[in-house]
Amino acid sequence: MTLLRLDEVTVRYGERAALDAVDLEVAEHETVSVLGPSGGGKSTLLRVVAGLERAHTGRVWLAGRDQAGVPTHRRGVGLMFQDHQLFPQRDVGGNVAFGLRMRKVARAEAERRVAELLELVGLPGAQRRAIASLSGGEQQRVALARALAPRPKLLMLDEPLGQLDRGLRERLVVELRQLFGELGTTVLAVTHDQGEAFALADRVVVMDGGRIAQTGTPLEVWQRPATEFVARFLGFDNLVDATVHGQSADTRWGKLPVPDGTPPGPCRLLVRPAGVRLTSPEKGLPCTVAARTFRGDRVALVLQPAGAPRLEAACALRDAPKEGERVGVAFDADDVVVLGAGS
Amino acid sequence: MNSRLRHAVAAALFGSLGLTTLVACGEDSGSSGGSGSKTVKLVSHDSFAASKAVLKEFTRQTGYKVQVLPGGDAGAAVNQAILSKSHPQGDVFFGVDNTLLSRALDNDLFTPYQAKGLDKVPAALQLDAAEHRVTPVDFGDICVNYDRKYFADKKLAPPKTLDDLTKPAYKNLLVTENAATSSPGLAFLLGTAARYGDDGWQGYWKKLRANGVEVVDGWEQAYYDRFSGSAGGAKGDRPLVVSYASSPPAEVVDAKPRPEQAPTGVATGTCFRQVEFAGLLKGASNTKGGKALLDFLLTKRFQEDVPLNMYVNPAREDAKLPELFAKYGVKIADSATLDPRKIAKNRDQWVKAWSSLVL
Amino acid sequence: MVLARPVKRRERPAAAPEAAKERPGRLRGAALRLALMAVPAAFFALFFVYPVAAIVTRGLRIDGQWRLGRIGDVLTDPAVLDILWFTGWQAAASTALTLAVALPGAYVFARFDFPGKRLLRAVVTVPFVLPTVVAGSAFLALLGHGGLLDSLWGVRLDTSVWAILLAHVFFNYAVVVRTVGGLWAQLDPRQEEAARVLGASRLAAWRRVTLPALAPAVAAAALMVFLFTFTSFGVIQILGGPRYATLEVAIYRETAQLLDLPTAAVLTLVQFAAVAAVLALHAWTVRRREGALKLVAPEQTARRPQGAAQWALLWGVLAVVALLILLPLAVLVERSLDAPGGYGLDYYRALQSVADSGGTYFVAPMDAVWNSLRYAAVATVFAVAVGGLAAAALTRKAGRLVRGFDALLMLPLGTSAVTVGFGFLIALDEPPLDLRASWILVPLAQALVGVPFVVRTMLPVLRAVDHRLREAAAVLGASPLRAWREVDLPLVARALGVAAGFAFAVSLGEFGATVFIARPDHPTLPVAVARFLGRAGQLNYGQAMALSTILMLVCAGSLLVLERIRTDRSGEF
Repeated sequence: MTLLRLDEVTVRYGERAALDAVDLEVAEHETVSVLGPSGGGKSTLLRVVAGLERAHTGRVWLAGRDQAGVPTHRRGVGLMFQDHQLFPQRDVGGNVAFGLRMRKVARAEAERRVAELLELVGLPGAQRRAIASLSGGEQQRVALARALAPRPKLLMLDEPLGQLDRGLRERLVVELRQLFGELGTTVLAVTHDQGEAFALADRVVVMDGGRIAQTGTPLEVWQRPATEFVARFLGFDNLVDATVHGQSADTRWGKLPVPDGTPPGPCRLLVRPAGVRLTSPEKGLPCTVAARTFRGDRVALVLQPAGAPRLEAACALRDAPKEGERVGVAFDADDVVVLGAGS
Repeated sequence: MNSRLRHAVAAALFGSLGLTTLVACGEDSGSSGGSGSKTVKLVSHDSFAASKAVLKEFTRQTGYKVQVLPGGDAGAAVNQAILSKSHPQGDVFFGVDNTLLSRALDNDLFTPYQAKGLDKVPAALQLDAAEHRVTPVDFGDICVNYDRKYFADKKLAPPKTLDDLTKPAYKNLLVTENAATSSPGLAFLLGTAARYGDDGWQGYWKKLRANGVEVVDGWEQAYYDRFSGSAGGAKGDRPLVVSYASSPPAEVVDAKPRPEQAPTGVATGTCFRQVEFAGLLKGASNTKGGKALLDFLLTKRFQEDVPLNMYVNPAREDAKLPELFAKYGVKIADSATLDPRKIAKNRDQWVKAWSSLVL
Repeated sequence: MVLARPVKRRERPAAAPEAAKERPGRLRGAALRLALMAVPAAFFALFFVYPVAAIVTRGLRIDGQWRLGRIGDVLTDPAVLDILWFTGWQAAASTALTLAVALPGAYVFARFDFPGKRLLRAVVTVPFVLPTVVAGSAFLALLGHGGLLDSLWGVRLDTSVWAILLAHVFFNYAVVVRTVGGLWAQLDPRQEEAARVLGASRLAAWRRVTLPALAPAVAAAALMVFLFTFTSFGVIQILGGPRYATLEVAIYRETAQLLDLPTAAVLTLVQFAAVAAVLALHAWTVRRREGALKLVAPEQTARRPQGAAQWALLWGVLAVVALLILLPLAVLVERSLDAPGGYGLDYYRALQSVADSGGTYFVAPMDAVWNSLRYAAVATVFAVAVGGLAAAALTRKAGRLVRGFDALLMLPLGTSAVTVGFGFLIALDEPPLDLRASWILVPLAQALVGVPFVVRTMLPVLRAVDHRLREAAAVLGASPLRAWREVDLPLVARALGVAAGFAFAVSLGEFGATVFIARPDHPTLPVAVARFLGRAGQLNYGQAMALSTILMLVCAGSLLVLERIRTDRSGEF
């Protein structure tokens, strides 16, 4: 069942549209990550859903009810702010219990729930600690507990792990996913970190300049970026103009195989590095190895074809050619993606 | 702003501020009724005082309760009454003296009324005897006071007259008040103008200045901070001060046991007389009550209460002075006076000339 | 097969119903601001603008004709120009001196813990409420003939401008300590520490980090001190002697003594123009300086002084406080005990018996205390309600209108009490607003002076509150009102306490307007003090001192109680 639906929501700041006719659906118990560069309208999306920002046009539906005119405090959503925004004058317990107090939960019940949540986020017995005495990670956990405490229909996270160091972040992502799974919470998270988004979410939404560039499972988005923007945002650089004739396309890298059913005519193609296969220099597209970088058990190569843009390729450690070596390149149709017009 | 708009604004504001409830909390919200009210409103300066028993007596006799409304010092009170002429604050005004009388009369503040008992008031005090717009209630004298101990210790005779004050023997001894800001200061200036005339008073003040007169802004400072004879205050170093003829009795009023003599004396030849009047305000909502109050102000009961409450002399000749005044006070026989019209005409320019001369 | 769905770009619906409204959110914010502003705006329109306009109009409009020629006449009068010049420079000098003397005090009170701190903070506020005639007299005991300086070094400062400046420091020390210290205590010291770690010297760190954060509070304090000293009245008269006159003195003279309303009106306009210029300057300095600050609980920032330099600073400040504030106050207390038969409580006992003797002139001290407390309590409620709403409305920075409103709220500080008092008299004289006989007029007049304090103390703190905290509360289910109560209120509780304390103290000590409008049968403490001082005699003088001492005690006591209330509240849930 759809818990959250956005219909053509637009928010403008002056002339600039922070959200431009955005459509989005989030199903119950689903975790959706909104991914995009800073300033791409991600936070605005959360603020519109929370009612902190008014949509100029379009509608927001929560659990089937139009939210127009419903003030923030009656929407029953949870929002974890980017920098937590814990109440400095209250202790940890006071922060976590805040939402319960607003819902007039009985004191004993509230205390029980606070204890339970602090246990859940790994801070048992921290009720009386002052906010100023918490580390960044602990503040994050308290903010999460505070957002979860009133059992919101929808939990929204704004850069939930943004300020944490890498190790902690990777551990927390796993914990969070587990936690949301156990609680059955519906989650809408925004982040600029693709690793975080892919690790956390059932579904990923990539935003570009206030518009949704692509939605899909992490695998779909990773394997089939919809637009050049998405492709570049995910770190893919093998992009080229092409003209499709039947099963293949003409490009500056020569003839490339394309998936079945690609409409003929001019288009833009992405070749994922995994689809760039090394052969002997005599076969395929002749290139010089311009650079190579070790990435754990794989090596990323930058190849320079004669009179054409550079190519990125990946290969196993033992197969890696040296810099300056001449190689040939062939392409796998499975890793060639036809990109949409996008923006 | 026109009056309808004013009402609309006022009504809106009352709603928004919720003042109504607050006003209702005041203990006397009901007493500001219109005519036929059992309250007489007396507008006065902040020195007005009377015994509670005497005011009760008035209520017992007439059925009216007196409500006293404030007006700052004597000058401010008169000016407020003039400004609020179209909607007078109360029914009776008390406290306009001869230095301000012309201003009040020129502004047509009062309804004529001849109070009962006026025949017992000396003619010299009845400055509006022709029309009875105002009724004299009391008088007092502004005189130079001296510190008895100082002059006894120095074996020096205290000064008696204005001329004495310019003598070298009294160099650097006198402190007076700013005529522009202080009522006794102004009265003293008027006294010199009365004594030396339009042409002579400036010359007198030049001599006074050469003899080291000190000018401070208010009576409190002159009397308590600079004058050496006052028992209270900071013990100043000036044994001569411009004050009231009633200051010596005031010095001993609370002394136990009372001394033979007050510690201060009065230079009887330096005095200027202030007469205080009351009048029925034009547009008063309770005219009947106001007239009754004016009558009451001239009764012996009220008149004999005046000295110990306001430290001035009753206007009625037959009012008995309390023992304190009889023993420690002095009767000033030849106090200077000036025609109120002359005061009104020259006051501002005299004060200006005085300021540039002395300050 | 391409799984990714290309983005479908839809046309925006041409005429969606909401499309007509530009920025609905902003509009709602503006509407809320206007609603919040309605009460303070109405209050000021009715109880300030209208009365003052009425008295000025009375002066300049004669027989239905505007007589604006008077403006030129008055403004070219060299005597008026002298007064204007003196008024301006003494206020500027007093403000500079007060800041120089009191800023170290603000630091010490904000950052150091020492025994008796709370009591001392209440005591330094006492001068603020003392009637100037009493305090001036005490100050004379220091600077005047036979005073401390005179007997030690033969130096007499009375009737010199130094006496005026020092007395202004005496009166306004608390304004700086409380306004600046209140914010200082809540500034996170770690930011300054961060600058130190980055290589900034102690002074540089203070100048670069703390001072900019404090700037709005310092500017607010400076503004208030300037306005107070610009409109100084009693101090100038008592300590300066008749040679010195401020605009305020001139306006009083023209209105209350000479009834020269045209001249008084022009001088009032000049005063307004000068005050408006100062407000504009203030707004220009402060703009963009007020930002979100990281505020912490004041208890966390104060500690015992460490090292010789800090101890020296603490002792230096205490010495200044002792000399400049405690000593004059002690003189008053000493005089109230200095009875003819040796030191004792004679005057205090006499207060009661004098009242029992049956005159209307003197009141029983407890009655005066009760009157004062009652007026002050009502005035504080008015001031906090009006000022609090105004501060809430002004929290979000906005356009010219709002800034103008902000400035309007400050104007009463720069307006002569006699102008307001006389304005009340001629403006509020018809039903339903014939308030001239009502006691409510006194707290109303006092609240006019209290409101600027409330706004100026609360605004910097309110603006420093991160608005996302309010959003966090809203998301957790708090209505806007509840969010204000749960988030803003606890954070500004301290500022509110400071503001309420100020408003309370101001109305306890207010004399200028009260004397025109207070009912004689319900005199306040300052009015009662003035009555005793207006009569000759040792007992009267002694009783005036005794009553002043009681006023000091009531003031200090009230402030202590207010401070306690606000500390109790910080430990929520």
